[in-house]
Amino acid sequence: MQFLEFNPAQDFRLLLLALFLPLAGYVIQIFVGRHLPRRGDWLLIGGMFVTMCITVLMFAKSLYAAYHGVEFRWHSGDDANLWFHWLYSSAQAAGGTENMVAGIFYDPLGAAMLAAVGVVSFCIHLFSSGYMQGDKRYHIFFANLSLFTFAMLGLVLADNILFLFVFWEVMGLMSYLLIGHFAHDQGSGFHGWATWASKKAFMTTRVGDVCLLVGILMFHHHFHTFRFTELWEAARQAVAANAGVFPSWMTVAGLFVFGGTVGKSSQFPLHIWLPDAMAGPTPVSAMIHAATMVAAGVFLLGRMYPLMSPEALTVVTVVGAFTALMAASIGITAWDLKAVLAWSTISQLGFMVAAIGLGSVTAGLFHMVTHAFFKACLFLSAGSVIHGCHHEQDMRLMGGLWRKMPITFACMLTCTLAIAGIPLFSGFYSKDMILMAGYERLLEPEHSGGTALFATLALSAAACMTAFYMFRMIFLTFFGEFRGGEQGGMYKAELVAHGRGGYIVYHDDLGKPQHSGDLRLHAHGHGAHGHDDHGHGGHAQAHVPHESPLNITLALAVLAFFGLFGGHFWLLQGDPLLHHSKPWFVQAVSESKLYGAEVGEWLAPEPIGEAAVQAAEQLEHSAHSSALYTSLFVATSGIALAFLLYFLRRTWAPRIASALGLLYRTVRDRYYMDELVRVTVIRPSFALASFSAAFDRVVVDGLVNLAGRTGRGLGFFSAWFDRTFVDGAVNGVGAVTQVFSSAVRLLQSGRVQQYAAFAVAGGLLAAVWLILL
Amino acid sequence: MGLEAYVAVSAALFALGIVCILVRRNVLYVLMGIEMILNAANINFVAFNRFGSGGIDGQMMAVFVIILAAAEAAVALAIVLNVFYLFHSVKPSAADFLRE
Amino acid sequence: MQAPPRRVQEGQAEMDLSSRIFHALLALLLLAALGWGLSAAGPSGAVFGLFAWLVLGGSLLCIWERSVVRSAFSLLATFGGTAGLFALLGADFLAMAQVLIYVGGILALILFGVMLTPPDPFERKLPRVLAGLVLVGAGAAFLAARVAGGARWAVAAALPQPQTRAAELGVGFLAADQYVVAFELAAVVLTVALVAAVYIARRRRVDLERPDSASAGGA
Repeated sequence: MQFLEFNPAQDFRLLLLALFLPLAGYVIQIFVGRHLPRRGDWLLIGGMFVTMCITVLMFAKSLYAAYHGVEFRWHSGDDANLWFHWLYSSAQAAGGTENMVAGIFYDPLGAAMLAAVGVVSFCIHLFSSGYMQGDKRYHIFFANLSLFTFAMLGLVLADNILFLFVFWEVMGLMSYLLIGHFAHDQGSGFHGWATWASKKAFMTTRVGDVCLLVGILMFHHHFHTFRFTELWEAARQAVAANAGVFPSWMTVAGLFVFGGTVGKSSQFPLHIWLPDAMAGPTPVSAMIHAATMVAAGVFLLGRMYPLMSPEALTVVTVVGAFTALMAASIGITAWDLKAVLAWSTISQLGFMVAAIGLGSVTAGLFHMVTHAFFKACLFLSAGSVIHGCHHEQDMRLMGGLWRKMPITFACMLTCTLAIAGIPLFSGFYSKDMILMAGYERLLEPEHSGGTALFATLALSAAACMTAFYMFRMIFLTFFGEFRGGEQGGMYKAELVAHGRGGYIVYHDDLGKPQHSGDLRLHAHGHGAHGHDDHGHGGHAQAHVPHESPLNITLALAVLAFFGLFGGHFWLLQGDPLLHHSKPWFVQAVSESKLYGAEVGEWLAPEPIGEAAVQAAEQLEHSAHSSALYTSLFVATSGIALAFLLYFLRRTWAPRIASALGLLYRTVRDRYYMDELVRVTVIRPSFALASFSAAFDRVVVDGLVNLAGRTGRGLGFFSAWFDRTFVDGAVNGVGAVTQVFSSAVRLLQSGRVQQYAAFAVAGGLLAAVWLILL
Repeated sequence: MGLEAYVAVSAALFALGIVCILVRRNVLYVLMGIEMILNAANINFVAFNRFGSGGIDGQMMAVFVIILAAAEAAVALAIVLNVFYLFHSVKPSAADFLRE
Repeated sequence: MQAPPRRVQEGQAEMDLSSRIFHALLALLLLAALGWGLSAAGPSGAVFGLFAWLVLGGSLLCIWERSVVRSAFSLLATFGGTAGLFALLGADFLAMAQVLIYVGGILALILFGVMLTPPDPFERKLPRVLAGLVLVGAGAAFLAARVAGGARWAVAAALPQPQTRAAELGVGFLAADQYVVAFELAAVVLTVALVAAVYIARRRRVDLERPDSASAGGA
């Protein structure tokens, strides 16, 4: 199988092709997309298909290398002499630290991530061609999707943290554009919410981005490099030089870098943007918030793991575990189909982050990859359901859909089983590994501490809740009677009237609270926004759910396949069953494989000596067993509880909710964190802005006006001075002349006798003077 | 009598002549005043001729003065009559068109 | 203040108080002059004093008189006195010439002028006159004193013989190296002046038709 060997010279060029195809598609699409047949979706789907094939092929090569135990870490510059000279002076050769040159870094993690992004993106493109039919900005939507894919691919392929940050920012921008897709459509019911949500997403992730940038710069300041490989090596040397302890600045820098993850992967407290990001179309939710963008934060942690000190990792663990628990608790109370999935995304991201914090990079990254597939599938299935129910998103108005939409049901059920952690499904393996990491830390004699205990407990509880609310979602949506239609509309109206209809609340720019429940009411049966007019023309029977067309269901099926089988590949060693098997990811990706031998040795030292090896194996075994039992227990109990409350005894759930009263309401209202942010952040920002405006108006403009007035005053004074003195002087001269001339004029009276008198007097005076003097 | 007496008389006559010109509001008095002045000059000339170095210069001068005084008086009278015709007044201040 | 302008009738001059005083003053002046001359140089001095009185008194009267005619006639005394002074100085030809020309010619001219013009409204301001007299007289006296170099009133011994004979003057007029040119020029000047005077003073048609009653005074 020669073709499965990685050939740098040609494969890096293929990777570049895969990277730039979506970009090329974007550029073409925004200019001429509108005029192409079918508005250009085939162009971008085709491009994405090629990208997917390339990335999957490359991933296969990485597996092949892992299978044969060959190291698989390539750099385009070193191995294929492909450099991107970004900033450099011609006087210095490429490669010095003063020059900014970059290349592509390709390792098993990157391969897996790239393949996941490629497959998911392709499926979502395919899905969108069905789901977004009739949208006014259909071609722009596809263009944005492709550009987003380009950004994500670039982020994964970047060999240095700075370029990763560049693509990070591009993804932030794309998330703004994509969430705000309906913000440009005045007639859409989502218009106001989308405007607000896109801004919120961008702003919140921005906070994280700033932290990340600070961290990047701190690392650069000390290590004088951006490149990952050099950073890892530098970290190892710095710790070795500091007697095996991380310098405190590295803790701080690492926390700043983690700040980026908190923003992008929506950990507490910057998680507030993700639930509102549901204002975007469902494919966007699938793309960004399930599979790719939010995973970028975890990916970042994976890349920067060697630079994180144990103290920083403690913080990471606590934040991740807490987020997982909190989000899961809110997910239990959610009624919107997409909201449930949003909170579950946040929760799973918390799992990943906590796993990395607990020290098992492999577990976190593995879960990231499997999560990409099954969450994307879940979102797309939700989209299919929503599409089939004529854009009804409230689960209280669904039910009994398993007959009407069987394919969707099958896919969704598959992925729900995956997320719940049922054996044989992909999610089980990754979640199991995470719990195992927690137990390892817990059981280790020298490492056990409060964080490990908290993390393990929190994650276990979160896993239980995950199973519970996911199956709650399944039972509410697909089982029971169909509660939609006319009767459902009245039920909804009643809810809204009692103020219980709003489940996602935001405050518009005037500070007026908006309930997205109202929006649903408007959107429902309106036909105003793009969603509605597609393939339905002449659909006489209103509100009868139906299965979605092929391009949607095909995408679902592909993703569900990976959701099922993404955890274990029997290409590699080990048996499909769980006991003592090492999933492919674990074999392909380990500390040494990720970071190189030296760094990997430093991070996860191999035990030396017979006793140490034995102890390590023992520890692993017991941790594995504990994790296994725990995860099985929580999964089954969660599913059982959901089965009880939402299938058997349907009346118990509302009674429990009302019995819990305030606690329930607090959880349902997302612990009032949005309100907290509004009061502490948004209002002061607006106050500062108005203060600045007022300051500018009063003080600055006042000063300018004062200067102007002073000038005017001076002008008046000058004018007065000029009028009085200068003109006075001039006039005075004239007046004096006039006076004198008036006086002198009298001499010439015309009377000769007077002339004679003067002549005589003058003559006498002259004579006297001449004689006397 | 000595030279000083004649010179004194001449000076006094001269002064009176000027006064006569300036004081009276009648052009004829101006004429008379002029004649007085010329007479004073004549007295002066002849006095100095007598008490000076001799010769006839002073007297000759006086002769010419007399001649010219006559001519001038004739012309002046003609002018006075002309002015009187124009301004219909004997007052010198009536002919003040050249004022200012 | 000044006396209001009165209408002076032709040939009739009113004698008022000021005139009487003035005449008395003049009489006194005559006596003073005679006395002083007599004392200074004997009889010839008295004669000098008489002639000096004539000159100066005539001038004073000329200024003082209200009537133009009387003023003009008082000049007769002035010119006569001057002639006498010439005679005393030994210039007898000049004395004759003075009388002939001045009295016979110029005075007549002035009288013609008086005749051809209406009588003036007699304006004479006493303060002005006095002031003028004082100032000018002072100036003149000062000059005279300086020129003459002190108040030396030398006395001539006796009445002088004529120093110059008329024949000498005649020779002087005609001699080529003396005043012949000036003599000829003077003749020319006289001619021109007379012709010019006639021309200037001709009556124009306009003036004939207009009544010349611009000034006050009647007829």
